[in-house]
Amino acid sequence: MANHWPPLAPYGDPLPGVDLTGLQGKLIVIEGPDSVGRSTQVMLLKSWLEQVGHAVLDTGMARSALAGRGIQRAKDGNTFGPVTMTLFYATDFADRLENEIIPALRAGFVVLTDRYIFSLMARALARGESRTWLEELGGFALAPHLTLYMRAEVNDLVPRVVLGRGRFDFWESGMDVRLGPDMHDSFVRYQARVITALDRMAGKYNFEIIDAARPPMVIFRDMRRSITRLFRKTKT
Amino acid sequence: MVPYLVPNRYRGKLIVVEGIDGSGKSTQLALLSQWLRSQGLAVAFSEWNSSPLVKQTTRRGKRKEMFTPATFSLIHATDFADRMEGYIVPLLKAGAIVCADRYAYTAYARDVVRGVSPRWIRNLYRFAIQPTMAFYFRVPLDVALGRILGGREAIKYYEAGMDLGLSRNVEESFRLFQGRILKEYDSMAQEMGFHIIDAGGSIEEQQKEMRRIVMEVLGPNLDQVLRATLPPGASHG
Repeated sequence: MANHWPPLAPYGDPLPGVDLTGLQGKLIVIEGPDSVGRSTQVMLLKSWLEQVGHAVLDTGMARSALAGRGIQRAKDGNTFGPVTMTLFYATDFADRLENEIIPALRAGFVVLTDRYIFSLMARALARGESRTWLEELGGFALAPHLTLYMRAEVNDLVPRVVLGRGRFDFWESGMDVRLGPDMHDSFVRYQARVITALDRMAGKYNFEIIDAARPPMVIFRDMRRSITRLFRKTKT
Repeated sequence: MVPYLVPNRYRGKLIVVEGIDGSGKSTQLALLSQWLRSQGLAVAFSEWNSSPLVKQTTRRGKRKEMFTPATFSLIHATDFADRMEGYIVPLLKAGAIVCADRYAYTAYARDVVRGVSPRWIRNLYRFAIQPTMAFYFRVPLDVALGRILGGREAIKYYEAGMDLGLSRNVEESFRLFQGRILKEYDSMAQEMGFHIIDAGGSIEEQQKEMRRIVMEVLGPNLDQVLRATLPPGASHG
């Protein structure tokens, strides 16, 4: 099965001292705002890809061996400034990129990542940080083979929060920057900003937009089709 | 001067010391802040790599030797950001003199030696407030090494730059690593507008020079600075 994929390359300066040659695997990113249903899709896609015979690594934000726990602790505390948060998540991302994602790609895995540098940037933009700062900061990220952007309106997210977890999360509501008098109002405004930020990235970073306002199995069928197309396109 | 940092729009002043390990900068900063305090000024202190929020992550990463040049750089930037957002900026707003032992320039020097690009690292710290003045304690490598290697406990893995694989011998690696950092400091000194202190001189001479420069720079603006004690003659309202 000789695949001819374009070699994975970073957007900006590469990670110092990291060999990027011979990466055989595929890098697929699932993006989207909070509560849009990303983790359900990652689960479905992973088991489908494995059934078809691909080895899959699934990874996601704040799961790094280095910074995962530290981020959780910082979120539990009461002082976590926006710049600090962006950089802590960037540390987490770099650790996973170097120690999980790149080794898995070298071993020929399909890497399925629940969020990528784009969410990190979107959250920071929603908190008013500089776009050029973020673009340069995240420049070491490898441009994925495919980025599936699960897009929905805030109005679609609210019922999922209520029916799912049953309460609004402090950070997912952007309560640190307090965009409204309560969690609901702040959630609505903050997630609207996140969605706007992701929308603005769609063209530049080649997102494939998936309408995520539909039922999970319908979304899954679309995503599976996109991935199949990608595999077929690049196979000889 | 430096276009990389955020201009200080606050009442407070920011004094920074930089230099390689063993340059004596911490000793000098301690003497300076004690003196400023004795003048009745509100002085605060912030040290590199000291944020409680990040501490456990850094400690664990170091102990298990988990860092790469990128994550080492990013975790120190995270630490710096936490002190900036949670400590330095609020104190500058309050009008304090903030004394910082190492600043973004430490990352400009160290991380570049570790292979991080100068452009990326300057961008990374773009959120930092421009110091009112930055002192660079310039010292010949041998003098600094003599101070460090002579006494105290063993040099640690990352401190010696062992992750760079320059030498298997800790002392030799430390020597090479510090030498490269020294070169980076020297090459940025002019661009960053450092006040260069000859750190080969006596402690007293260096302190005298430092105080002279501080008075020269702060003198006209000292009335903006918050006072720790009420000036003589002021009555309690």
